[in-house]
Amino acid sequence: MSLIPRPASFASAANPSPTETAASPEASPLSGSHPVAANAGGANTSGGASTPLKIETRRMNFFYGSHQALFDINLRIPERAVTALIGPSGCGKSTYLRALNRMNDIIEGTRHTGDVLLDSHDIYAPNIDVVALRKRVGMVFQKSTPFPKSIFENVAYGMRIAGIRNRTFIQETVERCLQQSALWNEVKDRLKDSAMALSGGQQQRLCIARALATNPEVLLMDEPASALDPASTARIEDLIIELKQNYTIVIVTHNMQQAARISEFTAFFCQGRLVEVGLTKQLFFKPREKETEDYITGRFG
Amino acid sequence: MSETPTPRRPLSPLPEKPPIPTTSPTTFVGGGLVEESFDLALARRHRNGRIFEWVCWLATWGSVLILGVLIAAMAWQAFGWLTPKFLVSMPKRNPAEAGILPGIVGTFWLILLTAILSVPLGVGAAIYLEEYAKPTLLTRFIQLNIANLAGVPSIVYGILGFTAFVRMFGLARSEYLISFGIGTFQLTLPFGRTVISGALTLALLSLPVVIIASQEALRSVPPSLRHASLALGATKWQTIRYQIIPSALPGMMTGVILAMSRAIGETAPLVAIGAATYITFTPGRIGSLSEVVTRPDKLAQVPFDSFTTIPMQIYGWINEAKPDFQHVAAAAILVLLAILLISNGLAIYIRQHFQKKIRW
Ligand SMILES: Nc1ncnc2c1ncn2[C@@H]1O[C@H](COP(=O)(O)OP(=O)(O)OP(=O)(O)O)[C@@H](O)[C@H]1O
Ligand SMILES: [Mg+2]
Repeated sequence: MSLIPRPASFASAANPSPTETAASPEASPLSGSHPVAANAGGANTSGGASTPLKIETRRMNFFYGSHQALFDINLRIPERAVTALIGPSGCGKSTYLRALNRMNDIIEGTRHTGDVLLDSHDIYAPNIDVVALRKRVGMVFQKSTPFPKSIFENVAYGMRIAGIRNRTFIQETVERCLQQSALWNEVKDRLKDSAMALSGGQQQRLCIARALATNPEVLLMDEPASALDPASTARIEDLIIELKQNYTIVIVTHNMQQAARISEFTAFFCQGRLVEVGLTKQLFFKPREKETEDYITGRFG
Repeated sequence: MSETPTPRRPLSPLPEKPPIPTTSPTTFVGGGLVEESFDLALARRHRNGRIFEWVCWLATWGSVLILGVLIAAMAWQAFGWLTPKFLVSMPKRNPAEAGILPGIVGTFWLILLTAILSVPLGVGAAIYLEEYAKPTLLTRFIQLNIANLAGVPSIVYGILGFTAFVRMFGLARSEYLISFGIGTFQLTLPFGRTVISGALTLALLSLPVVIIASQEALRSVPPSLRHASLALGATKWQTIRYQIIPSALPGMMTGVILAMSRAIGETAPLVAIGAATYITFTPGRIGSLSEVVTRPDKLAQVPFDSFTTIPMQIYGWINEAKPDFQHVAAAAILVLLAILLISNGLAIYIRQHFQKKIRW
């Protein structure tokens, strides 16, 4: 279809019913064949060179103790693109995001089954160094958590712990990251002040700057604009669009318009399950699943 | 009101609020009971708040008053006895000539050694238990025992110290088990009634308090802080070093200050290990401050010398027959209180310095 310029390299929902696939054969090249089969070929065969695969989860289940938060998630996240995760509150978006840089490991009593692959390597393999992984896969948390240090030191922290000592490099990077996160003009005269004195929205942008400063390959963003005014939100969205030239971005958002504006791909989660995933345009304008449609149009629940 | 500005408004209780006109009294129905009107309940809620404030006020100033009376009584007794000479003299049989110097110096060395021994151990144990140890049955058991140890009477520690450090379980048949010297430095085992025995005993006594307070301080560091640090690619050690310890440090120091203040005043365990009450030299026989520089070898002997402390001297003087020694004891109590005040003030000042470094 002309609507979809390039065939997707992502997985579809776990088990889309074959009948539905058959019912809309013209929906996309993806649904022409069985989705799982189409994805089995891998990114390069299905999508050409345009969207190689960065992250893939295969049959992933996730448990907090005995409570299962994620069920059989098969998802492929393409490189240098924005993938949005949407879904009702408590459906497991943050849990999924944290699984991608193993931040869930910190939570006592959690476990998972299935594979999480980064550049085709299992990130839960025993030979993987979690510290190195988290340097490659940066994260902006849902709740902004500045360190009780100065604004400058907050942004410089990632570089300092990585062993970077070059002062001019650190200074330049701090300025660049603060500019990218649309915070520079507000804080450039008070870099030595406590980051705790910033407003909620400023703190959120500071956390984005902090994550950028370590120069990760993948950026996981959990509702990075939830406390921002429209102008700052627009700046952050511009930033994300700019960043996707070089970074792979996974963003959780409750804002449908935002997902539509900035993401190429959207995954819809509901109650721990991946209901549907597809090109953002397709998912928003021609959702395959009834649940997706209900959620997007606000008729959910 | 006229245009003339009122120069000063008289301090008065809150002006009577005009009653809110209630055409129909607000009533809430809950659980089948008709409750009082909102206004009535509000008045009572405010009154409860004021009562609570009063109780707290009373608690604070009540304790200040008791302390004040105590200090005043001591000052009355010590008047004329607390002289500069008292501070720099050795104890004498004659109360008029008695001094507290060995006690002051002994307390200083004892607490210094106690802090050196107990703070790293206590903080280290707290960090291990909070940050590294898996919550197994064993760690829970250890945790429970630490809490219990904090409540053990100090005399019990004294008996333990006597057995373990002073006598070393009676291993020595003759006077010394081991005794060797390098130059003027002499190490003898068992330690006997020396500064090091006292410091080890007090360190054991302070350890549970230091551990528990440090754990509490570590626990109060928001978990989001460590998550944020780890997510930026910090190692566990870096996270502890650069985020958790700086945030927990003021709380840890509070615990250390409290533990050391308590150790300064401890008497019972020192009585149990047999520390001297009457001694006419300072540990290491250091006669003056300048000797610390000119005879540094004497410093090495400090831990292995006999000692007394201010509380021990007070204890000794109170038991003296001559009534004038009661005045000497009162003077010594004032000195002890002053030292406590100064060292606490200093410690709190240092803590504030660290607190300022964290930019909450
Ligand atoms: N630390 C935890 N321990 C136990 N259960 C948890 C924990 N964190 C999340 N959960 C549970 O896992 C499920 C998914 O939570 P998650 O935070 O991933 O939701 P979410 O999609 O991010 O929601 P929101 O949009 O509100 O942020 C929820 O049922 C939640 O209660
Ligand atoms: Mg969330």
